[in-house]
Amino acid sequence: MADASPSLISLLGIERTFLLGDSKVHALRDVNLQITPGEYIAVMGPSGSGKSTLLNMIGLLDRPDAGTYLLENRDVTTLEPDELAKVRSERIGFIFQSFHLVPRLTAAANIELPLILSGMPAGERSKRVAQALKEYGLNERANHRPNELSGGQRQRVAIARATILRPAVLLADEPTGNLDRATGEEVVRLLEALNAQGMTLIVVTHDQALGARAKRQIRMEDGAVVSDVMNSTGTHP
Amino acid sequence: MLLKDSARFAFHAINAHRMRSFLTLLGIAVGIAAVILLTSIGEGVHQFVLSEFTQFGTNVIGIAPGKVKTGGQPPSGIPTTARLLTMEDAQSLKQLPQVTAASPMVWGNSEVEGNGRLRRSTIYGVDADFTHVFSAKVQIGSSLPREGEGSSRAFVVLGSKLRNELFGNKNPLGARVRIGGLHFRVIGVMAPKGQFLGIDLDDTAYIPAQRAMELYNREGLTKIHVIYAEGASSTTVAEAVRKRLTLRHGHEDFTITTQEDMLNTLSNILDVLTMAVGALGGISLLVGGVGIVTIMTISVAERTNEVGLLMALGARRSTVLGLFLSESVILAAVGGAFGLLLGAGLAQTLRFALPKLPVHTPWSFAVGAILMSAVIGLLAGVMPARSAARLDPIEALRAE
Ligand SMILES: Nc1ncnc2c1ncn2[C@@H]1O[C@H](COP(=O)(O)OP(=O)(O)O)[C@@H](O)[C@H]1O
Ligand SMILES: [Mg+2]
Repeated sequence: MADASPSLISLLGIERTFLLGDSKVHALRDVNLQITPGEYIAVMGPSGSGKSTLLNMIGLLDRPDAGTYLLENRDVTTLEPDELAKVRSERIGFIFQSFHLVPRLTAAANIELPLILSGMPAGERSKRVAQALKEYGLNERANHRPNELSGGQRQRVAIARATILRPAVLLADEPTGNLDRATGEEVVRLLEALNAQGMTLIVVTHDQALGARAKRQIRMEDGAVVSDVMNSTGTHP
Repeated sequence: MLLKDSARFAFHAINAHRMRSFLTLLGIAVGIAAVILLTSIGEGVHQFVLSEFTQFGTNVIGIAPGKVKTGGQPPSGIPTTARLLTMEDAQSLKQLPQVTAASPMVWGNSEVEGNGRLRRSTIYGVDADFTHVFSAKVQIGSSLPREGEGSSRAFVVLGSKLRNELFGNKNPLGARVRIGGLHFRVIGVMAPKGQFLGIDLDDTAYIPAQRAMELYNREGLTKIHVIYAEGASSTTVAEAVRKRLTLRHGHEDFTITTQEDMLNTLSNILDVLTMAVGALGGISLLVGGVGIVTIMTISVAERTNEVGLLMALGARRSTVLGLFLSESVILAAVGGAFGLLLGAGLAQTLRFALPKLPVHTPWSFAVGAILMSAVIGLLAGVMPARSAARLDPIEALRAE
């Protein structure tokens, strides 16, 4: 990673504390991170170490109590809520452990959601959705509701939904946590393929083997980044 | 997010819980149906009563003797000298500008005997102008003669019912009838007129007012009716009448009521009545609205996760607000449309079942009902939708 690389994400002295009753929980302490476009990062660490909080911060679902966050060289800590929503819609893709599919909507309708929210006209939407269904091998399942899909299929729908607007960053919080090993493997390969196409990928995981596949590994403990290493044995050169 | 897509998304959410959505909109439907039905009856009664009163035309001014004042003996012990309304007063009013007719009136109830048959009927003592006042037509024979041609001669014009009862199909013209203790000659028969607030207007006999005063032992008229030209101002004419009679009597010892004033007062009373019954129906509408608040609150609680997801996918808070508001508005509007059909249907059924009960559903009520239910949906949805839009996305995503 040369210093000349343009910065995608720049976190400077990020602090985040939560109030739990009377006690303060320091979820993020003085986090400093530089992330360039196209990186593949695994965030690891024990439960409660602040991994999800970090991901939510990067995904603009949360605001830091202190510090600066530059996304594509733009200070996003001061943006209005509607501007944040627009940035989330256009630049960020979320993937969750529990998939978060809308149960009453079909696979196709779930994938279509970000397009609808962005105000895209119906004609353009159906083209994009058809394309995504094909790419993720979900053609047969297009009109099935989430409860009629397997775990792997659900996560594929969620990935298709997260990437349909071609975000710059894909944030996956334990994406394989609810899947068996083989299915999890399949999902990770899918994410890695997206990373290979240039999408920045940040994955939170408990799985050492999975984490080892990433080019860069960040370890967190008690809200602080305790190690940040480049892995020469990453799957991607 | 496009409005069309918001509506579709909201509709989907409603459709996902068909039973409870149906029950919720039923609450609104019953409320709207109640409002429609009750106001339809109110409006029907309104129109019925007004048409009863306007069948005599609207350009009528009534003058009654005496001024509405404290009754009883004056404290001074000297009796007041309220003058009676006289035939001459009526004659004098006929001369006023804009006035097209002025008819004296004395009425009572008497036995009428003719053709060997006997019947109790309403007797009106009037003059030649009475056909204007009653908006009635002479069917056969002629009306009472004008003043100067012997208006107090013992002539009678029969109402159509009285004629049928006494004479059947026989020609009554020229026949002699006895009314009370006086004898009259039939010179005409009126065309059928129907009823006024349940009073048969055809079971009547019209005789000269002078004769009626004799018959009922009265010294003055019960009333004078003044008809003025179409388009003339009722207040102007009423003022002229007041001046003329005050001049004749020395002071104002009579009461003037214009038909227009009376109709306005009546119309206002009936409007209040319609609104009152509408408000009664509104109570059930309120209950329906509370039903929407309840179901939307439950819906937001159940879909907390979904709200978090939508925000993560880039939904603005206003978009989330709009989605839940659309949902309650659609629920209420569909309920309103349903209630409109129900209410109008019930009103129609009522019209068939009880033809006597006047029922009328104006279009404005239908449009108003739909608008009202949409507004109720909006109001009922505001609180739950705001709580959805204010959710913290992270908390919402973690909710289970
Ligand atoms: N909304 C919240 N309110 C209070 N405490 C929170 C909240 N979110 C996270 N925390 C606390 O912050 C710490 C970090 O949480 P999290 O980022 O979820 O950890 P991880 O994802 O690494 O398991 C934990 O101690 C957690 O209890
Ligand atoms: Mg976590």
